[in-house]
Amino acid sequence: MYLKNALRAATALTFVATAAAHAQSITIATVNNGDMIRMQGYTDKFTEATGIDVEWVTLEENVLRQRVTTDITTKGGTFDIMTIGMYETPIWGANGWLVPLDGLSEEYDVGDILPAMAGGLSHDGTLFAAPFYGESSMIMYRTDLMEKAGMEMPEAPSWQFIKEAAAAMTDRDADINGICLRGKAGWGEGGAFITAMSNSFGARWFDEEWKPQFDQPEWADTLNFYVEMMTESGPAGYATNGFNENLSLFQQGKCGMWIDATVAASFVTNPDDSTVADHVGFALAPDTGLGKRSNWLWAWALAIPAGTQQEDAAKQFIEWATSKDYIELVAESEGWANVPPGARTSLYENPEYQKVPFAKMTLDSILSADPNNPTVKPVPYVGIQFAAIPEFAGIATQVSQEFSAVYAGQQTVEEALEKAQALTAEEMEAAGY
Amino acid sequence: MATQHSRSVARLMMAPAVVLLLGWMLVPLTMTLYFSFKKYLPLRGGDLGWVGFDNYVRFVSSSSFWPAVQATLMIVGGVLVITVVLGILLAMLLDQPMWGQGVVRILVIAPFFVMPTVSALVWKNMFMDPVNGLLAHLWRFFGAEPISWLSEASMTSIIMIVSWQWLPFATLILLTAIQSLDSEQLEAAEMDGAPVLKRFYHIVLPHLSRAITIVILIQTIFLLSIFAEIFVTTGGAFGTRTLTYLIFQRVLESQNVGLGSAGGVYAIILANIVAIFLMRIVGKNLDA
Amino acid sequence: MARTVTTRRKSLNTVLAWAVGLLIFFPILWTILTSFKTEAQAIASPPLFLNFNWTLENYAIVQERSDYMRFLWNSVIIAGGSTILGVIIAVPAAWAMAFVPSKRTKDILLWMLSTKMLPAVGVLYPIYLLFIRLGLLDTRGGLVVVLMLINLPIIVWMLYTYFREIPGEILEAARMDGATLKEEILYVLTPMAIPGIASTVLLNFILAWNEAFWTLNLTAVDAAPLTAFIASYSSPEGLFFAKLSAASTMAIAPILILGWFSQKQLVRGLTFGAVK
Repeated sequence: MYLKNALRAATALTFVATAAAHAQSITIATVNNGDMIRMQGYTDKFTEATGIDVEWVTLEENVLRQRVTTDITTKGGTFDIMTIGMYETPIWGANGWLVPLDGLSEEYDVGDILPAMAGGLSHDGTLFAAPFYGESSMIMYRTDLMEKAGMEMPEAPSWQFIKEAAAAMTDRDADINGICLRGKAGWGEGGAFITAMSNSFGARWFDEEWKPQFDQPEWADTLNFYVEMMTESGPAGYATNGFNENLSLFQQGKCGMWIDATVAASFVTNPDDSTVADHVGFALAPDTGLGKRSNWLWAWALAIPAGTQQEDAAKQFIEWATSKDYIELVAESEGWANVPPGARTSLYENPEYQKVPFAKMTLDSILSADPNNPTVKPVPYVGIQFAAIPEFAGIATQVSQEFSAVYAGQQTVEEALEKAQALTAEEMEAAGY
Repeated sequence: MATQHSRSVARLMMAPAVVLLLGWMLVPLTMTLYFSFKKYLPLRGGDLGWVGFDNYVRFVSSSSFWPAVQATLMIVGGVLVITVVLGILLAMLLDQPMWGQGVVRILVIAPFFVMPTVSALVWKNMFMDPVNGLLAHLWRFFGAEPISWLSEASMTSIIMIVSWQWLPFATLILLTAIQSLDSEQLEAAEMDGAPVLKRFYHIVLPHLSRAITIVILIQTIFLLSIFAEIFVTTGGAFGTRTLTYLIFQRVLESQNVGLGSAGGVYAIILANIVAIFLMRIVGKNLDA
Repeated sequence: MARTVTTRRKSLNTVLAWAVGLLIFFPILWTILTSFKTEAQAIASPPLFLNFNWTLENYAIVQERSDYMRFLWNSVIIAGGSTILGVIIAVPAAWAMAFVPSKRTKDILLWMLSTKMLPAVGVLYPIYLLFIRLGLLDTRGGLVVVLMLINLPIIVWMLYTYFREIPGEILEAARMDGATLKEEILYVLTPMAIPGIASTVLLNFILAWNEAFWTLNLTAVDAAPLTAFIASYSSPEGLFFAKLSAASTMAIAPILILGWFSQKQLVRGLTFGAVK
């Protein structure tokens, strides 16, 4: 009894102590995606439990990337936690700029993180960022339009089928485009899509000698197929459409199919935002029979920059935000369809979550992605819709700008590939390959 | 009239401004120069040693260099032409007697108060969006196929957005100048039966020349470095990559600070060429 | 003004000028209108002008997500601080240039303007490193200094042109009466220069308020102004026109209102020496 009381007093004391140290506060840079915004809403619960204040810096993706990269490379120490992706994590981790996420608590259960995600967020087997949510890409299609077109979507379709289905679903008078795909310039936008797509056509960015491969026929095949299909069945002005633009087109019922991030599934099936919520089906991203599908792998993850004064507090926050408990917290108040997906194995074993229509397809897509062998031929880099080397973002943004110019009808596929080849060679040489 | 004493006092009074600006110019300039001779890749460990003029050669020989210079000049030139021409017309209109002049003037100068980021966002999403944009609705209303502005007419779109922001500035300066025009002189010409165009060419335009040079000078300084408008709308795609934007790509997207710094030095040189050119004209006009 | 104008011509002018004025103002008006719509109404086809259910929900959402007042306060301090500091430094310099001109005055003036042409992004890394070294990252003080330096050339030039318009004879008369330099500046010059200083302050406040490169890249939380506020609304997932409009309206409203009330000063003052 005495012991119990003493314990209680001690706990109370620690509580007072943490409350007194309320001045402790961490600064988190994050992207303005829906799941992150939702997390901000729950921050109070974290502060209540730990006494740690949280300051949010919420920025649009491009601004965020530029902001955190400047800060980490100059060791600015502005942020205690940064929201980064699968591209940055291994590079920064290798440079020793991130705090290794080891020694996480028992109940956090690191082993529960999906292996594909943990693998992509590690360097040399050390985890450097914890996935807040993970995604692959898949086909989302309108079941009603598919039926009307008299076709049936297989679980794992080919590009040829997609093209035919897109043409069949297109109804320009009714403002329905058979297929909506990303065309917007930027390595994380249209660049990511076309790279993932090119994998299924057997194309690759570099050969084993780091020689750019845009002069190879696989790239021309990919681009020609894409442009032909989009001209035939895509929306007007698709050269400037990215994730958001396509999402809103699909929600407004203007797309027959949309191949994009698996996280979009919860937005297009949410009746509050989507006019077509009841008519959405899912399928694996298409292939061409070469053994690779065109789905990517990505995670938005939380990492701690080395040198922060608030390492412990930051770790506490990451444990909270990427925990099983957080998922349950969201599920309780927003429903299972709205929890951050793609990060934990246990989520997909949860019978409640298995009822969510897109759960299985999301998991299957994630599991079928292999960042170490992204395409048919061997490559020297890791990453599916990107190559995890520091130069990639810059190069791929310019390359995707050339591609977007093709989509806008300003140059031919051949011209774009020629320029892409030249500028990639140029930049790789500048970087000393 | 200026004595030795007042001269030294004057020098003293100018000192803080001059020293500060010298510092603001020299510190970054020196650092830019320093980096421009280095292989400096932040993501590959930072400073990787001296490389001589490699960065300079690489920056100019890059396939994107000349198109970038061209894009820069096109945007600056296009915006200048539009704002000056429309500015003169607008200033002359606003100078006329009318009801509610004050309110109209506020309406006209309002875009100047809008942040470049906001105006780019608003134009891009709410006006130029090919599906939901207002211009698309307008086009459809007249039975035309909506234009995807930012890809098909990228340069025009950006010039349009920037001109919208700077037209108020040009109008204001030109308006002040027009208001100082001797109306009797104009009336006399009118009495003489000089046609409108002739009156404009021989009386109004010469009177405005000084104001026009000032509009050109100030706007050029700001236009050479526009960034937000491109970053938000096209991200440098579709031939809208200006020199400033190219440097941004080198420094922040490719993370090649050395190469970007060399680009910075080129941009400074270009700016100074333009500046000297301008100052020749302005200097002459300022003396007059 | 001896110009006689027929009512017909005046009406014509009025109609034309209002049409042009409204056209130019329209994007702002449209943004404000859209901010009171729901997301669905914001993209309705055909577009809705006034016939929608006005709602404040977007403002509520924006305010809930980000503490508007904090950003606003930072904007006010940074824009105001940099402007005041700039004017304090520029007044003596401009005075000296205007009243004790030397052969090099014009060169100095033009050189000052040329410092504005340095592309900001080219020196991001140097300045960022410098800011870390000096502990100025994410401080209002650091931004006040940077924005002051950016706008100083414009401030000097504007003031110079105003001061030059003050006739020298008045000064000489004051000097004859035995006024000291201090008195000369305080009692003779300052009253005459107030309108010019006022419009300089206004213009530079606007320029500093709208500066979006340094204010975004050198801040995080403590010093983040409205430019950073808007950066989190530019492309969220899903429909966002209405929320974007609300955030935009909140970001530009203060400066729009300020401009509205002070437009006389601005219009009168914004000459840059264009009139002679």
